[in-house]
Amino acid sequence: MEKRLSKRASLTLTIIFILFMVILLYLANEYMDSYKLRVVRLIAIYGIMAVSLNLINGITGIFSLGHAGFILIGAYTASLLTLSPEQKSMSFIIEPIVPWLANVHTDFLTATITGGVVAAIFAFLIGWPVLRLSGDYLAIASLGFAEVIRIVALNAISITNGPLGLKGIPEYSNIWWCYGWLFVTVLFVASLVNSSYGRALKAIREDRIAAEMMGINVFKHQLLSFVIGAFFAGVSGSLYAHWLTTIDPRITTLGPMLTFYVLIMIVLGGLGSISGSLIGAALFAILFEWLRDLEEPFTFFGIHVPGIKGMRILVISAIFILVMIFWQRGIMGREELTWNNLYKWIFARRKGGDKE
Amino acid sequence: MVFFLQNLFNGIMLGGLYALIAIGYTMVYGILRLINFAHGDVMMMGVYFAFYAATLLSLSPFFSAIVAILGAALLGFLIDRIAYKPLRNAPRISALITAIGVSFFLESLAVVIFGAIPKSFLNVFRDRTILNKVLIVAGARIPLLTFLVIFITAAILVILFFIVYKTKIGMAMRAISMDIPTTALMGVNVDAVIGFTFALGSALAAASGIMWAMRFPNVHPYMGFMPGLKAFIAAVFGGIGSIPGAVLGGVLLGLIEIFLAAYFPSFMGYRDAFAFIVLIIILLVKPSGLLGKKITEKV
Repeated sequence: MEKRLSKRASLTLTIIFILFMVILLYLANEYMDSYKLRVVRLIAIYGIMAVSLNLINGITGIFSLGHAGFILIGAYTASLLTLSPEQKSMSFIIEPIVPWLANVHTDFLTATITGGVVAAIFAFLIGWPVLRLSGDYLAIASLGFAEVIRIVALNAISITNGPLGLKGIPEYSNIWWCYGWLFVTVLFVASLVNSSYGRALKAIREDRIAAEMMGINVFKHQLLSFVIGAFFAGVSGSLYAHWLTTIDPRITTLGPMLTFYVLIMIVLGGLGSISGSLIGAALFAILFEWLRDLEEPFTFFGIHVPGIKGMRILVISAIFILVMIFWQRGIMGREELTWNNLYKWIFARRKGGDKE
Repeated sequence: MVFFLQNLFNGIMLGGLYALIAIGYTMVYGILRLINFAHGDVMMMGVYFAFYAATLLSLSPFFSAIVAILGAALLGFLIDRIAYKPLRNAPRISALITAIGVSFFLESLAVVIFGAIPKSFLNVFRDRTILNKVLIVAGARIPLLTFLVIFITAAILVILFFIVYKTKIGMAMRAISMDIPTTALMGVNVDAVIGFTFALGSALAAASGIMWAMRFPNVHPYMGFMPGLKAFIAAVFGGIGSIPGAVLGGVLLGLIEIFLAAYFPSFMGYRDAFAFIVLIIILLVKPSGLLGKKITEKV
C-alpha cells in the first residue's frame, strides 16, 4: 500500500517551511554582506524567470526562445514608471522623451504589475500568429520576436533612450519584493498546473493531436499558458531592472543571452518541474557568481594564471552541453519536490533496506 | 534607375551570402531535422581562422581562405561527433537545446581565445587595390568586390550541386534525408555521411563568412549570430531541406532587406527586424516555404 501524508499534514509542513524561510530571509537580510545579499535576491529573480519559462516550455511544450523579449518589455515599462520626471529629462540626451511618458510616475508595485501586463499583452499579440506554428519553427519565430523587441528598444530612442539605456533606476528590488513575487509566481503556476487547465496543458505537451481529439482547444490553452508565462516574465523583468539599476538593449543583458541563461536553468533543473526550475535558478546564480573567480588572476600550484575574460560563460556552456548529452532529465526530471514525494522517497528506501 | 541598379547589386550580393549560409542549414536540417544553431558561429570561427592564418602565419588571402575552409569543415565534423551524435535517438528538442549550447560555447570560446574586442578584417589584405576598385555599370558605381562575391558564390553553388546530385556521397545524403533506417540497411555508413554533410555545410559557412568579412570587415565573436538567424529564415523562406530553395530564399531575403532599407531610409535602424517579420508572414501563408514539400503531421 502506498503511504501518503494527509492533506493536513502537508499543509502544516508547508506553513512551517514558509515561516522557516521567512525567518531565514530575515536573518539573511540583517546579517549578510551586501554582495551576498545581491546574489540571494538574484536567485529569486532568476527563479521567477525560470518558473515562467518552464510553464511555457516544460509544462505546455511550446518551445519558446522569446523569453528575453518579455523580460525586456517588463523591465523597460516598469523602469519608465518608477523613474522620476527629473531623472527622465536628464538621461534622455539624444532625443527628449515622448511627452506622455515624461510625467508619469508610480510606486514600485504598480510599475511591476504594469510591466507584467504589458508583457502579457505583447504575448497575446505575438502568440496569436506564432502559436499556429509548431516545434522548431516556433522556436525560431519566438527568438526572432525577441530580437525584434530588442531592435525596437535600440531604435525607438524617444521611448527607450536607445543604446544608452535607462540609468539611475531606484534599487527597489529588496529581498521581500523578490521573494514575495517568487512566492506569488510559484503559488500561481503550481495551482494552475494542478488544475484541470494544467492537466490539459500536460496533455498538449505529450501529444498535441491526441489532446485535440479529446476535445481540448489546443490553441486557446497554449495561448493562455504563453500569456501567463509572459506576465511573470514581465514581472521578473521589473525586478531585474530594479536590481541592476541600469538597463540597455545589449545582447548580453536583455538579449538572446538572457533567454539562454534561463533555458540553462530550466534544463538543469528538469524541464517540466517547478521545483526543478527553482533549484536550477539557484544553482545557476551561485555557480555564475562563483565562476567569477575564474576571470580574476589567480595562482594555481605556483603557476600564475592571468584573468581570462569570458571564461565563466565558456565553463557554463560546456556544463550545459554535458548535461544535455549525459543527463537530459536534469536534476528533478518531471518530478516535483512535494512533502509526499519526500516522504515516499525516504519511506521506499527504508523499506528496500528491510527486505535485504 | 542608377539607384535601383546599385541596390539590386547590393541585394544580390547580400542574398548570395545568405544563400551560402542557408545551404549549410538546409542540408543539416534536411538530413537530421535539426536546426544547427551553431552554424552562424562556425561561420564566425572560419573568419577568425582566416584572420589569424593571414596575420600570424602571413599566408596570402587565398591560402588563408583555404585554411579557414578546411578548419571550419573539421570543426563542423567535430561538433557533430561530440555534441549531436550521442543524441541521434533522443527527442528532437534535446538536440535543439544542445545546438543552442554549442552556439553559446563557440561564442564564449571565441571570446576567450580571440578576445571580445572587434578586429578589422582588412588587415588580411596587404594589397587592398582589389577591394577599393569600383566598376561603373550604366552609371551605377559598383565595387569590384560585389562582382567577386557574386562570382565566387555562383562557382561554389555549381560545385555543390555537382556533389549533391552527381556523386555517390551526394546520393547517400539525399537518401538519408528521406529515411535514415532504410538507408542504413542498404549498407550506407550513415554517420560518415552525416559527418561529411556537417563538414561540407561548415566549409560553405566559412567561405561565406570570409566574403561577409570582406564586405563588413568588423570581426567579433558575436558576428555569426545575426547572419546565422537570417540564413535560417532564408532557408525556411525557400522551403527547408531544398538546396535550390535555400538559394532562392537567400537571394530574395537579401533583395527585400536592401530595397526596404533603400526606399524607406527612416526604417534603416529596423533593418534586422525585417527578416523576422518576413519569416512570420511566410510561415503563416506558406508554411512549407516557396520550394518546399508539404509535410503532414504524423498521428
